[in-house]
Amino acid sequence: MTAAHETDVVIIGAGPIGLFAVFELGLLDLKCHLVDILDRPGGQCTELYPEKPIYDIPGLPIVTGQELTNRLLEQIKPFNAQFHFSEMATSLEKQADGRWKLKTDAGTEIIAHVVVVAAGAGSFQPKRPPVPGIEQHENAGDGIGVHYAVRKMESFRGKNILIAGGGDSALDWTINLAPLAKSLTLIHHRDGFRAAAHSVNQMRELEASGKVKFHVASVKAVHGEPGKLSGVTLAGADKTEWHHDTDVFLPFFGLTIKLGPIAEFGINLHENLIPVDTARFESQTPGIFAIGDINTYTGKLKLILSGFHEAALMAQAAFAIARPNEKLRFQYTTSSSNLQKKLGV
Amino acid sequence: MKIIGTDRQGNTREIEGRDGWSVMEILRDGGFDIAAECGGACACATCHVYVTDGWYGKLPEPSEAEIDMLDMALAVEPGSSRLSCQIICSAETDGIKVTVAPE
Repeated sequence: MTAAHETDVVIIGAGPIGLFAVFELGLLDLKCHLVDILDRPGGQCTELYPEKPIYDIPGLPIVTGQELTNRLLEQIKPFNAQFHFSEMATSLEKQADGRWKLKTDAGTEIIAHVVVVAAGAGSFQPKRPPVPGIEQHENAGDGIGVHYAVRKMESFRGKNILIAGGGDSALDWTINLAPLAKSLTLIHHRDGFRAAAHSVNQMRELEASGKVKFHVASVKAVHGEPGKLSGVTLAGADKTEWHHDTDVFLPFFGLTIKLGPIAEFGINLHENLIPVDTARFESQTPGIFAIGDINTYTGKLKLILSGFHEAALMAQAAFAIARPNEKLRFQYTTSSSNLQKKLGV
Repeated sequence: MKIIGTDRQGNTREIEGRDGWSVMEILRDGGFDIAAECGGACACATCHVYVTDGWYGKLPEPSEAEIDMLDMALAVEPGSSRLSCQIICSAETDGIKVTVAPE
């Protein structure tokens, strides 16, 4: 394991509010690391609606989720924040020196004076089909059981594979795994797919050649001892049910937001939100702040602009913790040559 | 105008719709546990409902975008599954029956 990163502030979540927090903290000379489970910045803005226009960002009458993210990245560029993408923050503990140590599922360790939770509604995780007992077949090991992502294609060689879904992931993995599978069956609730047309064409060719079987069906039950998937019960459009032997079940229904390990961090929660005060936006654990959709207080509005405001006030309070011996002077970017130097303008 | 909503626990109650609002917004404001992660942009499939009791056929056809997005929903039932952010309340939907789909 590499040595732990040491920084002023660690931010959980690289959505618009986490990104703007880098700006407000950066003006106060506080350095940041950001952790996000997604593989790119922007959070919900880029994951859910990159092309949809947003109309209520002050000064930007119309901006898409992707454009807003791009502009924020440009705005925070001078501050050289370090990003840790595709990593989930899994644990948080207080050290003897008063700082916090955050660990991720990739083994990254970040030590910081201040923790800022800007996690929106939580972390994006694969949608799990509502099939009783399905979780007993997750994490069963390479090439067996239920997987929501394909990490090692080779582990599926010679297996009986069942794929569910109608999007790009379902079709792409059908096409990629068919040549090495013992058998590959694709199921979807309709005989049509939202996936790219060329992928659908390739799948149809594989179906015509007999390499892939396709059924309009869904999984109703999973069979086998925990960790030893042996088959599933499928139900067709007319509700007819039949047994289907399989070693592997790969459901691809995209992502949904779950609170995730933040619930285990020891931060006081109210209905999966973090109560904060409205002067500092600090949780009930000193040194841990919460901004954006993840927090709650009287009058809270889940708006991006509210999160920006929260980030600015949080930064003032975070400074006092990270720099206990320094006096904070409030300055404007319009008039302060000091701030303008930091911004490189 | 009314919406008859059933939650995931099977409890049914009547809530007041508002002309021009989506059924998702009415359900959410009415305290139903419905994620609607994208806020109604037809971009996440987490406001999935079953439209029952003959109401499915009375609604305008789902758009291509909604049909595509339903591919990302779980436990889709052809002939009843809709995204509630895409059903707009009007006099024609008065009394519509919907059940929140499983997560």
